[in-house]
Amino acid sequence: MSILIDEKTRVVVQGITGGEGTFHTEKMQEYGTAVVAGVTPGKGGITHLNIPVYNSVAQAVEKEDANASAIFVPPFFAADAIMEAADTGIKVVVCITEGIPTFDMIKVKTFLNDKDCSLIGPNTPGIISPGKCKIGIMPGHIHSPGTIGIISRSGTLTYEAVQQVSQMGYGQSTAVGIGGDPIVGLKFIELLEFFKEDKDTEAVILIGEIGGTAEEEAAEYINKEFPKPVVSFIAGQTAPPGRRMGHAGAIIAGGKGTAKEKMEALEKAGVYVAISPAEIGQKVREALS
Amino acid sequence: MKIHEYQAKKILDQYGVQIPRGEVTDNPSRAREIAEKVGPKVVLKAQVHAGGRGKGGGIKLVGNPQEAEKIAREMIGMTLVTPQTGPEGKLVRRILIEEALDIARELYVGIVIDRAKEAPVVMASPEGGVEIEKVAAESPELIFKEYINPGTGFLSFQARNIAFKLGLEGATFKQGVKFIMSLYKAFEATDASLAEINPLLITKQGAVLALDAKMNFDDNALPRHSDIQEMRDLDEEELLEVEASKYNLNYIKLDGSVGCMVNGAGLAMATMDIIMHSGSMPANFLDVGGGVSEEAVKNAFKILVSDKDVKAALINIFGGIVRCDLVANGIVKAAKEMGIKVPMVVRLEGTNVERGKKILKESGLSFYHAESMKEAAEKVVPLAKQ
Repeated sequence: MSILIDEKTRVVVQGITGGEGTFHTEKMQEYGTAVVAGVTPGKGGITHLNIPVYNSVAQAVEKEDANASAIFVPPFFAADAIMEAADTGIKVVVCITEGIPTFDMIKVKTFLNDKDCSLIGPNTPGIISPGKCKIGIMPGHIHSPGTIGIISRSGTLTYEAVQQVSQMGYGQSTAVGIGGDPIVGLKFIELLEFFKEDKDTEAVILIGEIGGTAEEEAAEYINKEFPKPVVSFIAGQTAPPGRRMGHAGAIIAGGKGTAKEKMEALEKAGVYVAISPAEIGQKVREALS
Repeated sequence: MKIHEYQAKKILDQYGVQIPRGEVTDNPSRAREIAEKVGPKVVLKAQVHAGGRGKGGGIKLVGNPQEAEKIAREMIGMTLVTPQTGPEGKLVRRILIEEALDIARELYVGIVIDRAKEAPVVMASPEGGVEIEKVAAESPELIFKEYINPGTGFLSFQARNIAFKLGLEGATFKQGVKFIMSLYKAFEATDASLAEINPLLITKQGAVLALDAKMNFDDNALPRHSDIQEMRDLDEEELLEVEASKYNLNYIKLDGSVGCMVNGAGLAMATMDIIMHSGSMPANFLDVGGGVSEEAVKNAFKILVSDKDVKAALINIFGGIVRCDLVANGIVKAAKEMGIKVPMVVRLEGTNVERGKKILKESGLSFYHAESMKEAAEKVVPLAKQ
């Protein structure tokens, strides 16, 4: 099994005719993802990469039964694109776009409050259930089907973890990038809830980084309600305070959000915390033995 | 993005936030004229991007215009060292000259985005003029908060709640409510990430003014605020960081001796961490982007080789959608063009890694190869110590 997406997922790509949209739609198709529709307002009626393009997400849902969306639209239009998708009743929205203003995301989160919609991202590599479906920009071939769930705030660091896990002989049930922005859709806790219910996920790797308190909140949840083993690595142990480390959300502000605090909270919750990023695979083996 | 106090006050003034009368200048004789206009008693404030200016002699009260010119002459061009500048200090290029006011009370009001609540929060405290983090740690009951619902915006009753809790009364209460409402208006309209008035001044006459003002902005929103973008002061930033930002590279200068160049912010931080665990410290954070291009590699090389503190470098690339052979070509080209002055350890992984390694080997350049992050860090640390 897997969480959120599987072989039944039918994807609509918003911004399909753009450069990024075109490139990654092809990669998703190569991986075997069922991309059933595209949306570019004003270009409805054309066919792009053998996929019908519509003017709105609502049309794509009506005509092609799309049940998930991938968003590749520029930052200032992305918040609107997320809300358009959520408004149609689509259950999973994956927003790849980097650079969405924080205020736009605050509005999006308020809009999503009464919608039954799982938002992944923005500023995420996406989500992949190996062998079944990939919505995003991660390299499909490094993943393999298996029993480890991965939740991460990073892109390439997740690939690193995937590779270490694969070298140990484990595959992944689903790997999700929650995004590097200060305000994102699903966070660690919501995703842990999905992994808790997923019978095929044996253990979860949680890759965090400096900034915010999402890891501390996750630690509290794990301690109280999460029965499966969790391995974690927190990036940014050497990051200076007050500086934004590449990701908009990776900043130690007012002395809060340090890697040390997060690692301590997770350790207290019984999580196997890797001190070095090279130990992630090893810690998974430890957690499962 | 950060701006100066005088710039923040200019923005706030446009939204109806009361500020002291004053002007900014880089010229001591102009300082006298400003003092004649807004004084005679004035405060001279050094304009640098760092807090704690008073402690380092960056804020001076003077009694008359002649003295204002004299002190201005000393301040403009001085190197100001405060607890936040580091020992090297910051060059004072401009000073703000403001009317001196009769202080009755010093309060605090600030607005930030609360990440956990996913909403802006207006915070206020009767304990102004000191660091708010200190107040939060020692007497959290003295910090009053109102969270803003993005659907309704900041509501009048919320501003009244804060003004009452701050103990404002009568005409001062009304002014206080208007002040806080205007401050929020400015915060929202400019896509700020921080708007902090510390201290918020209540004068003996009962007026409410922003004695100091600090604003930071959401970098992602800057393209829709060209007026604010123009306020960026490159003089306040590290030279190499300015250079890197021209090429859209995420670069931050640090204290160590191992330079690093990595694709992706998370992997870049993790690389810095593993350098520490292997016994050295990173000289920088440098993220060339998840989808690293040949051009980005070349520009990143430029930055790395121009930092004199870098004694050895670690290049850690996890090729995903981007192929390692392309990245390897970029590295070889850049190294040949720029000339390698320090030992470089390269770790390539991911798509087409074998072809990438072959390109590096056949280049005739002397790279140290590593199969894993751990091996790379363990190789680079002793090289940096040689």
